[in-house]
Amino acid sequence: MADIAAEASAPRPVADAALAPRRPPLLQVGPLAWARANLFSSWISTAVTLALSYLLIRWTVGFIDWAFVKAIWSVPVTPQGAQTQACRALAGSGACWAVVTEKHRFILFGTYPYEQHWRPALVCLLFVGLYIVSAMRRFWRPALALVWLATLTVIGILMWGGVLGMPYVPQERWGGLVITLILSTFGIAFAFPLSILVALGRRSKMPAIKMLCVVYVELIRGVPLISLLFMASVMFPLFLPEGINIDKLLRAQIAIILFAAAYLAEVVRAGLQALPRGQYEAADALGLSYWQKTGFIIMPQALRLVIPPLVNTFIGFFKDTSLVLIIGIFDLLTAGKTAIVEPAWQGFGIEIYVTVGAIYFVFCFAMSRYSQNLEAELNRHRVR
Amino acid sequence: MKPMRLATLRALGAAVMVGTMSLPALAQQQPAPPAAPASATFDAIKARGTLSCGVNTGLAGFAQPDSQGRWQGFDVEYCRALAVALFNDASKVRYVPTTAQNRFTALQSGEIDVLPRNTTATLSRDTSLGLDFPAVNFYDGQGFMVKASLGVKSAKELDGATVCVQPGTTTEQNLTDWARANNVKFTPVIIERLEELVSAYVAGRCDAYTTDVSGLAATRSAQPKPEDHVILPEVISKEPLALGVRHGDQRWADLVRWTHNLLLAAEEFGITTANVDKAVADDQRPEVQRIVGKTGGLGAMLGVDNLWAVRVIKATGNYGEIFERHLKPLGIQRGPNAQWTNGGLQYSFPFR
Repeated sequence: MADIAAEASAPRPVADAALAPRRPPLLQVGPLAWARANLFSSWISTAVTLALSYLLIRWTVGFIDWAFVKAIWSVPVTPQGAQTQACRALAGSGACWAVVTEKHRFILFGTYPYEQHWRPALVCLLFVGLYIVSAMRRFWRPALALVWLATLTVIGILMWGGVLGMPYVPQERWGGLVITLILSTFGIAFAFPLSILVALGRRSKMPAIKMLCVVYVELIRGVPLISLLFMASVMFPLFLPEGINIDKLLRAQIAIILFAAAYLAEVVRAGLQALPRGQYEAADALGLSYWQKTGFIIMPQALRLVIPPLVNTFIGFFKDTSLVLIIGIFDLLTAGKTAIVEPAWQGFGIEIYVTVGAIYFVFCFAMSRYSQNLEAELNRHRVR
Repeated sequence: MKPMRLATLRALGAAVMVGTMSLPALAQQQPAPPAAPASATFDAIKARGTLSCGVNTGLAGFAQPDSQGRWQGFDVEYCRALAVALFNDASKVRYVPTTAQNRFTALQSGEIDVLPRNTTATLSRDTSLGLDFPAVNFYDGQGFMVKASLGVKSAKELDGATVCVQPGTTTEQNLTDWARANNVKFTPVIIERLEELVSAYVAGRCDAYTTDVSGLAATRSAQPKPEDHVILPEVISKEPLALGVRHGDQRWADLVRWTHNLLLAAEEFGITTANVDKAVADDQRPEVQRIVGKTGGLGAMLGVDNLWAVRVIKATGNYGEIFERHLKPLGIQRGPNAQWTNGGLQYSFPFR
């Protein structure tokens, strides 16, 4: 008995260990295992990993060194101009963020009157606010169209002025980020509805409308945006009778809308064609009219299908607006380039391009992330 | 574009508009629009209350917006001078940034009234583009810059050298023409973007860099050690950079021409922003008296008032002052732009 008792009180390591949850071997799961499977699975893989991480670390260290450690954030500005000798002395070993410090207002707002910069600044915030509100699904109701209309009106009033004690500012003086936002927002806002009509028109059974839409899409898609802008800027004024001038910005805006609409129309058409025939037939069977069918049945499904290419096109157009530089409009990128024309600041292009690139990235990345969420949410029923 | 073709285009445009709108009133105007009366631009600017001035989108020293977005530069001063002559207010200018491609259309279509945009006056631009060049405000020409360490003293010693040049411009043609005429062989290195071109030259990818002398001087002064670079004495082309206006608008062209002459004459007679009031008060030289409007009534003949000259000089200074302010800091010498009395080409017609 004593033997049995002794045996019972004695530790039973094997059985206890089996009861407690055990960690799986480190080399089978977890980050180490992942690294082993993906980065060090063979000697070639190991060599590539080592080489790449060496380059990555070196580059990161170099970049941090350049952008932060050795960087100069401001230089004295005297009435004779900016004293950039300190920056020049770096000879490229450190960033001269002083150029951004000095020129950031020009890059953001262009030649807009300096004391009135709060107006374009407010406009930029309004645009961002408009994007955020439009992005939230709980605001997706007809009143949103009114919000857009109201905001765009306020933006127009702020930019032009001439009322409420704000001095009038003609369009030539607008510039920088505001121009980029105006061109892309108005461009997409007008092009998107137009593109839906064109896409529907292209699938229409009425030959005249179908023909017109096909010709429009093929003509616009057949030429590069830059040539459309040239047409708008160089050819179009010659067609107008003398004395009539349509503003350069408006001409560029119309060219961008027409161009974007042609591309978006094809994306939307892809969605229409991807929809099973049964959906059309079911809608017809319910006795819905053409517009009811399109509005309630077809479009919601078709657009949902084409969110990735739609956003792809939006992002493309956001960046394409920088092409207006060839017709002398100061968008974000052109304003950045113009900022370094001044002799004192010549040669600090990298800092400017990094800054402008970062601004573009923030907008484009936000669009891309949002579209991924939207896609996941809207297509939840399709995930199996 | 030839003027005839332009007129046809306009008629076509008008016809299309008429066709689409089918307004009977417009239809009567359909036969090509009549040539503008001699003073259309002048009156239009007066009525509008602002001068539309086509400037470069950004060229150091000539036209560039500063950190606060205000336009500054040699060409910009001409916009300001004209605005002061017309409205006694240098701020009544709409600056329209124009690119090399759309500058002439902007002028032809009436979007801008005057084009001070470092534009070379040439025969074809004067005739077939339907422009006029009333005043040459800067005489430029193509030159070469080399590193001082090369020890080259003349462009003719550059036989066999590689030369950095921008494609598609007259610069490239001038280089080829000059090389053939002088029996010198170059290997051109052709790079589209100016910054890349300059960095290629600085990095030693080419022995010499060629563009207009004013551009060379600007590039040289932006280098960390300007004395390491030498601009060679040869100037191989003529680039008279002129103020452009539409052809057939004589009164407006006159004002542009005489505003330039005024800036030159003021320098010739030593009238500056600082001493113009004193000149009005007690300078007895007859021509000075006519310039400042005490006698002669010259301003009225131009369609502005007789004190226009005093106002312009007060606002912008004379030609020499403008040059000192905008081009001297870039290291650009007066050279051919000196007064004729100093052996230069800038020569004002008499104010009489």
